[in-house]
Amino acid sequence: MYVWIWRHLPGNLAIKMAQVLVLFLAVTALLFFVIFPWIEPHLPISQVTVPGEK
Amino acid sequence: MVDTVDSSGELAPPPAHRRTTWGDRVRWLLRGLGQVLITAGVIVLLFVVYEVYVTNYFADRAQAQVKTALKHEWEQAKGKDPLLALPGQSAPSLPEGKGIAYLYIPRLGRDFGYAIVQGTSNADLEKGPGHYIGTALPGQVGNFGVAGHRVGKGEPFLNLDQLQPGDPVIVQTESRWYVYRVGGKPGDITATDIQGVPGREIVDPGDGAVLDPVPDHPDAPIKYARMTMTTCHPKFTATQRMVVHATLAQTVKAHGLTMPASIVALYNGQGA
Repeated sequence: MYVWIWRHLPGNLAIKMAQVLVLFLAVTALLFFVIFPWIEPHLPISQVTVPGEK
Repeated sequence: MVDTVDSSGELAPPPAHRRTTWGDRVRWLLRGLGQVLITAGVIVLLFVVYEVYVTNYFADRAQAQVKTALKHEWEQAKGKDPLLALPGQSAPSLPEGKGIAYLYIPRLGRDFGYAIVQGTSNADLEKGPGHYIGTALPGQVGNFGVAGHRVGKGEPFLNLDQLQPGDPVIVQTESRWYVYRVGGKPGDITATDIQGVPGREIVDPGDGAVLDPVPDHPDAPIKYARMTMTTCHPKFTATQRMVVHATLAQTVKAHGLTMPASIVALYNGQGA
């Protein structure tokens, strides 16, 4: 997949690397602001409560 | 994850006169597997970054908003402390997710100060330590229960394990400063008090008895104003809960929002 993306990016080496950086940041932002916040409550890592007296 | 393996471009298309060999397929498979594993590794690392830094960034902003809102509320509504006016144990007029009190723990440093929000849902706890709805209010006889994140989400209770027996835990409401003292005996925080309540205990996640008016002793007479703080244990997991119990030792009347001298004195010789 990465080879395929690299081949299909236009421009010379420097421009390609800039595009790769932008793509990486875009994926990171998607993970940070959409996917991780959505997935996190389902993971057993940050539960801090005991059953309260509701 | 599986869909990251894309066959169409992994290798240069074989020349038309050459048939795809068994070796080509193995190479394609191994390369795809390698890329999947590297991608998975990077995603896991990014998740750690997210959990430890990004959630803190958002939680700190939310906490700052709650803090400011509570300060404004107290400056305006003079003499009508909602935490004092309420009879009994119930707190029906406290809106969930809004600040109700400030929390200071000298042992955890002079800069340790959080607004406690009402409620312990995920959304509440992303703003700061949360008051278990239905447990006592600050200063009340019974048990004032507070939950807080230990890693990420502002991590207010990151260093809750550093509390020592007798350490002051200060709760500021609109009209009072309450000083709770962590239980246990010098050198042994797990030692129990006269009603059998330890200073600190590690319990299973389902153990709601730690929030009883007399923690772990539902049948004991309710005589003291206690406070219980819960967070996850060990760090980064949710296998157990770390629970710290404290008992009200001192109440100081508030004059405005400034910290009274007797409260400031509690910082001497404590914290960093």
